[in-house]
Amino acid sequence: MKAKVYVTLKNGVLDPQGKAIAGALHGLGFDTVADVRQGKFIELDIAETDADAAKARIDEMCRKLLANTVIENYRIELA
Amino acid sequence: MKSAVIVFPGSNCDRDMATALEQIGGTPPAMVWHGDHDLPDGLDLIALPGGFSYGDYLRSGAMAAQSPVMREVVRAATRGVKVLGVCNGFQILTEAGLLPGALMRNAGLKFVCRDVRLRVENAATAYSSGYAAGQEIRVPVAHHDGNYFADDALLERLEGNGQVVFRYLDNPNGSRHDIAGIINEAGNVLGMMPHPERLIEPIQGGTDGRPLFESVLATGR
Repeated sequence: MKAKVYVTLKNGVLDPQGKAIAGALHGLGFDTVADVRQGKFIELDIAETDADAAKARIDEMCRKLLANTVIENYRIELA
Repeated sequence: MKSAVIVFPGSNCDRDMATALEQIGGTPPAMVWHGDHDLPDGLDLIALPGGFSYGDYLRSGAMAAQSPVMREVVRAATRGVKVLGVCNGFQILTEAGLLPGALMRNAGLKFVCRDVRLRVENAATAYSSGYAAGQEIRVPVAHHDGNYFADDALLERLEGNGQVVFRYLDNPNGSRHDIAGIINEAGNVLGMMPHPERLIEPIQGGTDGRPLFESVLATGR
């Protein structure tokens, strides 16, 4: 089963890379860009057939390694 | 003083740390590889050195925090063994849950490599008793991810408990409350971004790092 994990900085956590990207986009003339937040996308292929079991397992992976929950949120999508 | 330096793939300050510990502690530390499953007996201090463990993959310190030897380091820290994390070592300590908060990309996005001035905020710890409270020292930093983040509640707790040991006088990375180094509540785990092990002998341009190691030596176990 394939799964997608999106890791993003929590609201209120300063994202200097997102700010730099926004600045670069403005420099390219994309002046309607109000804000940019940068995150990570992780694709997993796991040997699970049950969607709930897979999601629970990935949730544990996120909490233990894939995300740092002090500063990051995560979202799991099963394909 | 019986000490150990943990060496991860990508550590690059392990030798400097070992030299500092040997010069000040009198005996060379054990160099322990990240894949080891045990630590030498009777350690007074475990040092996690600076560098780029596992190439900073995923997040700085994230992979190292999961390496086999870190389970033993966490166990030792829980028993009260002193654990010092410098730079990447600090990042590993937060990722391993031994210190609260997180170290993020520098606010200026640049790798910062220069001397910074620090104020010793708490001189009553096992790592800082060799300094005077409020003393200003000059120590080099060299990092890309030294921007200390803690939420408001945690910051209040850290400040209230005197857990902020070192504070930047000219914040190089955007750290909240100018935090350069913190200690855990139990007082045995210290993490800091600046490199005290690089200022041990006058030939290195100063000796402001020396009192930190002398403090550890003076407090023993």
